[in-house]
Amino acid sequence: MGKVAIIGVGQSTFVRSYPGSIRELAFEGFKAALQDVKMKTADIGASVICSAPEYDKQRSPAGVLAEYLGLTPQPTFYVESLCSSSSMGLRTAYALVASGLHDVVAVVGFQKMSEISSAESQERMGRGADIQWESPFGTMMPAYYAMHAQAHMAKYGTTSEDLALIRVKSGTYGQGNEKAVYRKGVTLEMFSQPGSPMAGPVATPLRVGDCCANADGSSCVIVANEEKAREFSQKPVWIMGLGSATASVNMAGRSSFSGLAVAQASAQQAYKMAGVTAQDIDVAEVHDCFTIAEMMAYEDLGFAKPGEGKELIRSGETYKEGRIPVNVDGGLLSKGHPIGATGGSQIRTIVLQLRGEAGGMQVKDPEIGLVHNIGGVGLYGNVTILGR
Amino acid sequence: MSDKKEVDARFKKFGTVSFTALTKTNDFITYLGEGKIMGTKCRECGMVFFPPRADCYSCLSGDMEWFPVAGTGKLLTYSKLQYAPVGFEGDLPYSIAVLDYGAYKVFGRIAGDVPEDQIKVGMEMKAEANNLPNGQINYVFRKI
Repeated sequence: MGKVAIIGVGQSTFVRSYPGSIRELAFEGFKAALQDVKMKTADIGASVICSAPEYDKQRSPAGVLAEYLGLTPQPTFYVESLCSSSSMGLRTAYALVASGLHDVVAVVGFQKMSEISSAESQERMGRGADIQWESPFGTMMPAYYAMHAQAHMAKYGTTSEDLALIRVKSGTYGQGNEKAVYRKGVTLEMFSQPGSPMAGPVATPLRVGDCCANADGSSCVIVANEEKAREFSQKPVWIMGLGSATASVNMAGRSSFSGLAVAQASAQQAYKMAGVTAQDIDVAEVHDCFTIAEMMAYEDLGFAKPGEGKELIRSGETYKEGRIPVNVDGGLLSKGHPIGATGGSQIRTIVLQLRGEAGGMQVKDPEIGLVHNIGGVGLYGNVTILGR
Repeated sequence: MSDKKEVDARFKKFGTVSFTALTKTNDFITYLGEGKIMGTKCRECGMVFFPPRADCYSCLSGDMEWFPVAGTGKLLTYSKLQYAPVGFEGDLPYSIAVLDYGAYKVFGRIAGDVPEDQIKVGMEMKAEANNLPNGQINYVFRKI
């Protein structure tokens, strides 16, 4: 099987409320990716459109978006795995290209969450869990992740301050990311001052500052076979490893709450396929929808032993100059989390890092990068390993 | 008398807001109304399920029998919500949790009268059927 590369990446600025339609929003990320690779729409053989449903009035957005992006009459279809939709789209594109069915495939992720209210959004997101047996109790994503935080604290002695340290790191880098929703610095004091917005309780032990914000945004990743990659790109980034897994949607079906089984399984698959280990990763983007999610990712990906993720953040090893830089673009906590666009944005960051084009957030000379993208509360997991 | 078959939508009664009307596990609601929390067990291969299922993925049998969730379970984790999704605002604050009964686990709410400072991961609790103020029905976890 031939090699498969990422030759173009782009994203829109992630914003609170996008003043346009979903097709116009998707166009922004797509345009940036096409300009990145200097390609025409006719060079693209197929498109994979990724988002989480129920935010838009538009049914079957793939065809509508493909038409607006100028990608007709090429085939298009919709891929959905909640917050990991566009990583699943990349996995799909890899298969389409590696099989020889298409030479070049565009993976377009988008989400316009502002179409509905924040409370409605929580309800929609909550219904990404088990609607028959759990949603009737009044569940929502922050509470599910909070249950994991509670378990992690009880088992390993992780503290709320450890979680706040992750948000502080995010703020350090979010300030410099012009694509991010939240571009202010965050201090530990903001979590301890009574009345401070960051300190407001959401679902114990998580506070407002532990949660990422809803956002509108789009992303695009252009995937190609080796021949097209050499033709169009000076710096192709190769897909070295792909891992993907699922777990019980119902919390009653989980064996542990101090980590995500889907992340552990996806990481093992991706490391094996790439022929590398956690020690070989030079820069990583992990799915920090909540601070505890990044803490668990450190351990699930093998950057730290189970229970020792807190040491990694306490010692600053996940900062840009540290042993394993994580989310040095500000992560979801600063960028915002437009569900279907998130994976593509994470992939974009790692591609720019490996090309040495990450600007102020550039890590020193990385060769191998990793993307960890989770859908639902560890319902879907995707880990992707990229190399120069 | 109408020939029209009545729709069995008992599951609409489950929880503050139910998102499911039709399910083959509707008897769960009738049992719950009688104060019993029930799971299912496959008569073919013996697999035990909570939440209950109508179909066994292990042997593909649809021949299930009901069993009661009995004894106590260990609190694996919980979270107290200060913010609720649409339709649940009136219930705030409330805690969701998972109990480990050994052969199966149960997801649900902790009873509202258990003070948060008395909730400890690892403690034994007991699931009990519970009538909600809006006429709906669920189950909650109580201290032993």
